[in-house]
Amino acid sequence: MKTVKHTGYKDKPAEKKGEAIIHIKGLKKSFGENMVLKNINLDVRKGENVVVLGRSGSGKSVTIQCIVGKINPDEGELTVFGEDVASLHERGLKELRTRIGFLFQGAALYDSMTVRENMEFPLTRVLKIKDRTEIEHRVEDVLTSVGLIDAIDKWPSELSGGMRKRAGLARTLIVQPEIMLYDEPTTGLDPATSREIAQLILDMQKKYKTTSLIITHDMECARITSDRVVVMHEGEYIAEGTFEELKNSKDNLVCSFF
Amino acid sequence: MAEQAPAWKRWLEESGDQVIFLKGFFRNMFRGGFEWSELIRQCYEIGYKSFTLVATTAFIMGLVLALQLRPTLVGFGAASMLPRTLVIAIVREIGPVITAIICAGKMASGIGAELGSMKVTEQIDAMDVSGANPMQYLVVTRVLATTCMVPLLAIMGDVISLIGGFVAINIQGSVSLLLYYNKCVGALSFSDLLPAVIKTVFFGFAIGFIGCYKGYNSDRGTESVGLSANSAVVASSLWIFVIDAIVVQISNVMLS
Repeated sequence: MKTVKHTGYKDKPAEKKGEAIIHIKGLKKSFGENMVLKNINLDVRKGENVVVLGRSGSGKSVTIQCIVGKINPDEGELTVFGEDVASLHERGLKELRTRIGFLFQGAALYDSMTVRENMEFPLTRVLKIKDRTEIEHRVEDVLTSVGLIDAIDKWPSELSGGMRKRAGLARTLIVQPEIMLYDEPTTGLDPATSREIAQLILDMQKKYKTTSLIITHDMECARITSDRVVVMHEGEYIAEGTFEELKNSKDNLVCSFF
Repeated sequence: MAEQAPAWKRWLEESGDQVIFLKGFFRNMFRGGFEWSELIRQCYEIGYKSFTLVATTAFIMGLVLALQLRPTLVGFGAASMLPRTLVIAIVREIGPVITAIICAGKMASGIGAELGSMKVTEQIDAMDVSGANPMQYLVVTRVLATTCMVPLLAIMGDVISLIGGFVAINIQGSVSLLLYYNKCVGALSFSDLLPAVIKTVFFGFAIGFIGCYKGYNSDRGTESVGLSANSAVVASSLWIFVIDAIVVQISNVMLS
């Protein structure tokens, strides 16, 4: 097996903020004979924007699915807010998920609901808010933040790719999660819109003071949003550092991403 | 390429999954925060919007059944038995089963395709990871909507079938509406009505449950949406006949 030396992080550690609210150590996951995660170690600290770079099929999405408890790992430690995710039962998992926002690759807007109803759904079903004034205030506030207030009564099918991503981001942020997980937030968008979405992610992180873990293979998105970048290859993290550190890395495998 | 498990093993696995899904359905049905508004919306979407289809089919079925029965009964000199024969056949068997089969085609495929599409586009996952309860919002409401609406549609279908029968009788002869009504009502008893209504409740449950199960457990990929819709119709139609056979046997034993 090819052993790849850690680069960047060992030479010059990236700036670390606060306590680790996501802690992953020795995480392994197989599907049948296909070992997707071989040995994942990662700490995400409060207020930090961590970008995970990697080719398709390298196990990035499986990692964040483990974080929200959608997939149970075979081995290793995975704690979020100090809670062992794999040992949580239904109620505990639900409570944990209300503190985590997850933006899906295709935004996953509920297509039988308007943008307004999409925003109201987590407020009424997750936070159980009944006060109409508060609901309307929150919906208008979050849609203004992402620049979609004019599309409030549109159907998801009437929105462009970029607008769908904005709406998906707004629906996730409306419950004010402490951690945001982004699964390929700029996939399928043109370069200009990708930059807009990446900038929006950064702006929203500052406004709502969230901690973000961003899965992507879009270098521009990684450059704009990251405090720290982790490079993943064939189920293992092979390098860690700031975007500039990794860009100047001498490791051929790491360089191939930049 | 991974070797596929034998058919019996896959069938057992799917049966086990269905039992777990059923348990999840009942657990979420009695959990707090019931989605009343969504249940009413589903009753409208699933039930009210199926009315025209059920009514048209029922009317034609009653009409054709009367036209087909008449020559045979006339041959035996029993033309006056036509309303009685018609009402027993429609209320006890043909009405509920045909309505349920029509509903399986429309509702189970619709639910299977809708939930399958939501699964493929990660909408169900999005609900789940947000901390909402997709079983309660999507599955419980749809299954209860079909369980409530199929019996109502079957009762309306029976009435419309009998109207079709009345029209057919009057095409070839002349019978007053009052006489036809009296003959039909006089022929029916409690033991004809109760099992017929009870079995439509089970038909409705099977249609909703199988539609939801197939859609909710779709694979990733657009092809699976079509497969979910298709298998929902096939499986629910099959279950309608199985339930029919069981309810008829039980009601015969209990009411004889």
